[in-house]
Amino acid sequence: MNLEIHREMVWLLGGVLGVLVAGTAMCFVLSWRVSSDSGRETVANFNARVKAWWVMSIVFGVALLTGGLGSIVVFSLMSLLALREFMTLAPTSRGDHRALLVTFFVLTPLQYGLVAIDWYGLFAVMIPVYGMFALPAISAMRGDSQRFLERTAVIQLGLMICVYNISHAPALLLLDIEDFADRNAQLLLWFVIVVQASDVLQYIWGKLTGRHKVAPIVSPNKTWEGLAGGVISATGLGTALWWVTPFNPWQAALMAAMVCLTGFAGGLIMSAIKRDRGVKDYGTLIRGHGGVLDRIDSLSFAAPLFFHLTRYYFGAG
Amino acid sequence: VYFANHTSHFDFVIIWAALPGSERKRTRAVAARDYWEKGRVRRYLAQRVFNVLLVDRARVEGRLDGTSLMAAALSEGQSLILFPEGTRGDKPEPVRFRSGLYNLAANQPDIDLVPVYIDNLRRIMPKGEVLPVPLLSSVTFGSPIRLLPDEGREDFLERAWLAVCELGR
Repeated sequence: MNLEIHREMVWLLGGVLGVLVAGTAMCFVLSWRVSSDSGRETVANFNARVKAWWVMSIVFGVALLTGGLGSIVVFSLMSLLALREFMTLAPTSRGDHRALLVTFFVLTPLQYGLVAIDWYGLFAVMIPVYGMFALPAISAMRGDSQRFLERTAVIQLGLMICVYNISHAPALLLLDIEDFADRNAQLLLWFVIVVQASDVLQYIWGKLTGRHKVAPIVSPNKTWEGLAGGVISATGLGTALWWVTPFNPWQAALMAAMVCLTGFAGGLIMSAIKRDRGVKDYGTLIRGHGGVLDRIDSLSFAAPLFFHLTRYYFGAG
Repeated sequence: VYFANHTSHFDFVIIWAALPGSERKRTRAVAARDYWEKGRVRRYLAQRVFNVLLVDRARVEGRLDGTSLMAAALSEGQSLILFPEGTRGDKPEPVRFRSGLYNLAANQPDIDLVPVYIDNLRRIMPKGEVLPVPLLSSVTFGSPIRLLPDEGREDFLERAWLAVCELGR
């Protein structure tokens, strides 16, 4: 995991910086020109979002530049914060206390520890195989059978979404890809850029042209126009950046499209869970965005698929 | 006087944390003497670390009763945190309040009684557990109430209990 900084990486980070600067400039222009009350509210929200993007980009950029370990630490902290938000809404009972302690303080650090020591075999099965039997067993031993099925299912799902799935993003750093040695950080950055750009572009296209809702009850903001516009433009962006990846342009296009679509599905699933629990956001940590889980919902669902497709088609040996 | 539902040992700590600094300094929690004087660690925590005002749950010969102790603290300008259920529960809604709050309100009719609802702490650290799970929780403060001129014990306790429950909805 020796991450030498290549010229492509510099261009990529420079591009992110450029987008952030452009966003901030747009904030200034908009706050001059908009005068209606609802317009001002939208601009204030846009402002808060751009500011939060600066913070998130700087944290993530620094983590990438410090090499593998920095990224693993940042992603593991994101997992813990996301897990915290998820379990707060989960209908667990007193009997699950020990099981919850194990998810936070044993399984999460262990999962990222496995990434750090590059033990792929256990990384891939620990939570779905060992966690799957250990957590319900711990809960069952406490002797509370009321709503047991619901409680154990929700703990396992939370662990999968917040820890197992997300850990596949830093695991990209471990992949042994042909003719791509020491450049895995670029692939991780490309993946994060495509996922997040897809979110932002879907939001923008939805605001500008959105008409027909995909699932009005689950998420009133997601429209077919936003989905199509966002996926197509983010796929375009991912394709245009093919030169930082091990893919050729059409492979990059397919990968980017797949990442956008799984990301969209992830956002929809997480919206449905929020609806079910009667909340609008998972938390309040990131101003303008909601909680950590609101920001990384699509990343969580796109990461494992992207990891495995890359490993299967481009992995060496 | 802040009165809250009681679900965990952290309750008064997070009420403290939610208060502004100047108010925090003069606010003390009121707790049961029989529980907090048992064992050296608990006694140390109650007296040295948190400066808890310890009162007897039942009447004890030769000692000042809880109401007088609390009245004395209030007259010195201190604020108090009270858990009128008398013990920690594990339900979202508190159990019926005991009379301590009424006795204090009757003794000190000019003091504002602020209802407080603590959400989710019972899941972070339930009764009988040692390690907390890092979930999110919240504290909600309501508008103060006082004992009405001709309000009886039961009516007042019911009203106070409802004030806390309302904040939890």
